[in-house]
This record gives sequence, structure tokens and C-alpha cells, in this order.
Amino acid sequence: MYLSRLTLSHFRSHKRVALALDARPVAIFGPNGTGKTNLIEAVSLFSPGRGLRRAAAQDMARRPESLGWKVTGEIRGATGLHEIGFVSEGGSARQVEIDGKPASQIALGRLARTLWLIPAMDRLWIEGAEGRRRFLDRTTLSFFPDHAQLALDYEKAMRERNRLLKEQVRDGHWYRALEAQMARSGAALNANRQAALLRLARAQADATTAFPAVELELVQSEGAMPETETDLRHALEESRFRDIAAGRTLVGPHRTDLYGVFAAKGVPAAESSTGEQKALLLSLILANARALAGDIGAPPILLLDEVAAHLDAGRRAALYDEICALGAQAWLTGTGPELFAELGARAQMLEVTEESGESRVSGAGSAP
Amino acid sequence: MSRRNDPIEALIELMARLPGLGPRSARRAVLYLIRKRAALLVPLAAAMQAVADSARPCLNCGNVGTSDICEICQSEARGNGLLCVVEDVADLWAMERSGVFRGRYHVLGGTLSALDGVGPDELRIPQLLSRIEAEGVSEVILALNATVDGQTTAHYIADQLEDRVALSSLAQGVPIGGELDYLDDGTITAALNARKRL
Repeated sequence: MYLSRLTLSHFRSHKRVALALDARPVAIFGPNGTGKTNLIEAVSLFSPGRGLRRAAAQDMARRPESLGWKVTGEIRGATGLHEIGFVSEGGSARQVEIDGKPASQIALGRLARTLWLIPAMDRLWIEGAEGRRRFLDRTTLSFFPDHAQLALDYEKAMRERNRLLKEQVRDGHWYRALEAQMARSGAALNANRQAALLRLARAQADATTAFPAVELELVQSEGAMPETETDLRHALEESRFRDIAAGRTLVGPHRTDLYGVFAAKGVPAAESSTGEQKALLLSLILANARALAGDIGAPPILLLDEVAAHLDAGRRAALYDEICALGAQAWLTGTGPELFAELGARAQMLEVTEESGESRVSGAGSAP
Repeated sequence: MSRRNDPIEALIELMARLPGLGPRSARRAVLYLIRKRAALLVPLAAAMQAVADSARPCLNCGNVGTSDICEICQSEARGNGLLCVVEDVADLWAMERSGVFRGRYHVLGGTLSALDGVGPDELRIPQLLSRIEAEGVSEVILALNATVDGQTTAHYIADQLEDRVALSSLAQGVPIGGELDYLDDGTITAALNARKRL
């Protein structure tokens, strides 16, 4: 799938941008602070969630006007052409419109798949489990659009249970009722995650790639994750007294962590070099994209922020070859055009500059 | 026009607070009432006064009526052993509109939510438990919303009643006159799981 048209209105540093695009990768270059990442953040809205910065809608408004903003695009994929729009007015939450009608995030997830790798993820393997869990769930969501609803249901029931724990409520029926809800969504959540890892493993095994394979495993911060709904329900019931003491729920999929091993070297991802850690993430994004291309008949949109600069010329050329072989519309950013020389005519180039606080985008695909 | 303490303005302001109405529609409604003073405004005011004097919740089931025990609870014919548990009076009225259910109701007045400070005692759940024996209930039908809170509440009640009375819940699936193409995955899954042999 790819964006054939993208317009931004008062979105972050961009006052007005209108781009006509084809399916080729999009290479964006320009000095630091001109608004390259803002451009791909707008593209990241074309998937459920809050975009690649996880920002609130009001923070996406152009300053100093803060009038609200609008992003629209035309996406072409296996299900045909769809017009998708996002609007936020006066600091209100972002509204999604698909083909002119208000739509849900879940409906959006069915139409558009977007995967990204951004500099903030450089420390993913060594920082807290929360970031890895988010990465795991974004990957899972790309395969299973219902994953987001399961996560919301689980979270809701868990927050209710945590409140009972904090207030030391002793009503066993109430706990059982909430634990039944948590077990149902939690077991499905876990099954989705396992299935997503399996797809990634297969996509890595089947491909010839310049990027190192990662062996992934789900681990719990303590004990083992109960597999079935019944097991999870029993585990929650057994944990109740301990949980009351802790004031929160200690078992379940919210305590899952993603453990990665650099397969060829047998070294945990967290202990690999900085460059290797990035290569491992890139490898996973590409595997995710290949698996999705097989699933839905079209590769997802890729957003690779400042990735080119961290690769040597050989790896860079290999990345470009893989993206082109996949046929993905990958949005790449970098400070200068020389970073994208190996792409040549296989990509469309955009230059971003800044004039008195306003980003300007020019290049092959930009319309006046 | 917008004089303070003007009774017309006061009426508009009150009407605008009604669900489904805004300032503009409230103004239209008030103007219409004034024009139809004898036919509508006076009887409406009288009807409102009468309801204000007499409306009260049924002590037994929580329905809204004009006596301590509502008509449904008073009717011998409706004491057929079936008891339908609903979240809200609006749900009870929706069930009644269909005219199919001939048993009695129990209105909880909300759903369990620890985060909102709503516990079993706020929900008339103890009254429900005591009605089972007192009214010889043979089956409890849980007609609660298919949300996390609704299902938690249904589970909570079922957990306490499972050995005492037959329990059932409303079916989930394809709405009558609905098209499969427009249903979400969860509804299709529920409909498939609850499929019927023809």
C-alpha cells in the first residue's frame, strides 16, 4: 500500500503542504530542525494510535497560531483507494474520517498499516520493558487489528481490579467477575503476541537479507505466563492476596517482556553494540513488512527516521535494495541528498527547508 | 429579550438542559408552547406538576412509576418466575416496548465500577438476591450491556446465583435486518459461536 496524495494543514512546523506521490520510496533531506520528522509523523497517523511521537492532538497544532490542524491522504492498497483524513480543532482529540465518514481507529487499522523506526527507539533493547512491550504490541496490532480492543478491555478490567486491591475490598465475587474479564482478553492478547512472533520468525527464516536475524521470546518479569484463559483466571485468583499487599496486579500479559537474541552470535540484543542493536530492530521491521505483504497482499508503509546516517555505505545500499524488492513506500529521512545516492531514480526526493519558522517542502512530488 | 428573571428566558434555559435539546431547539419549543397555550402549555405544566408530585422509584424493582410498587410488580400475571435484570430504567422500557417479555424486572441503576466508586450496595444487588426466594424466581435473565463493565456486573451476579436459580443472558450476534458486511469481527465471532441448527 502507499500514499498517493498527502496534504498537511497547520500541522507542527508545516503550514501547508500538498504532495502527489507514487509507490516508490520517499527520500526526505534537509538540515536539522526543518521539519522532516514532522512530515513522517503526519504519515504515522495513518495507523491506529497516537503517531510515532505518541503526542496529544493539541501538541500537533502549528505554533503560535494553535488553530487546530488537518492531515489528509489518499491510500492505495489491496482494498482499493481510500481517502483518509485526520482533524483536530481547538485542542480537541483527533477525529478520523474514512471516505468522508467518521470512522474508528479499528477501521483505520484494517485499511492502513504503517511501521516505523525512529531514533527514540535506539535504546529499546536496554531501557525498560514498557517500550519493548509497546513495540511488541504495535507489531502484533499490524497483524491483528482487533488487538487494540483486547488491550483496552484488559487494561480497563485491570484498573478496576487494581482499585479493589488498593482499597482492600474483600468481596470475592467482585474479584472473580473482573478476573474473568481479564482472563478472557488477556489470554487472547497473549495468543496474538505469540502468533505475531511466529510470523516474524518465519519471515526472517524465509528471507535472504543483509540484516542479522533476531530470535524473539516472550518472558515474564516473574514466573511463567499462564497460557489458557482458565490458567490465567486461576493464576489471578491465586495471586490475589499477594496483589492486595502490593496494591497492584502481579501476573498477566501486562508483565510480559520481549527478549531478543542476536541469532548468529548467540548474544542478547541488550549486550550487542549500539550499531548492532539498531540493525536488529531494522531487521525486525523488514521481517514484519515482509510478513504483512504476504498476509494482506501489499507491503505496509515504512517510516525510517534518520536510519540512513547510521549505516555504512554497504548496509545502506543493501537496505535500499531490500525496500525496493519489497515494493514498500518507505519514507526515509537524512540531512543530505548524498545519503540517498544509492537509491537514484528508484525513489522520489523531497527537500525540506525552513524560512522564518515555516517548513517548506519541494521536490519531484510536491504540488504548488 | 434576554432579561434576567424573565420567566420565558428561565423556561428556555431549563428546556435547553434536557437531553436532545440545545438553546436553539429549546427556544423553538418554548415559542411553540406559548402559541399553543391552551392545547399544550397548560396541560403540559399540569402533567409535569402531577409527575413531580407522584413519580418515584418502585421499591421492589427500581422501575419508575407513580406508586411505591409499580404496575409490573403488582401484576400477579407477571409473577411467572422469570426475572430480567437490566442496567437502567431506559433498558426496562425498551424491553417493554417489544411486548414479548411477560415476567418481572430488576433495575440495577448502573454497573459495577470500582474506579467510579460504584459497588454492589449502590446497585441494588442485595435487593435482587433477596427477591429470588421471596418471589419464587425460577430463571434470571441478565440483559446487560456487552461492555467490560456490563459483563463484569453480569459475571458478578451470576457468580452469586449459579447454585440457586437458572441463569441466562441475551444472545449476541447479527441484528435483525442487519448485513454481515457491516458487522465488526467481535460480533461476527459471537454470532458464529451462538449459531443455531436449522
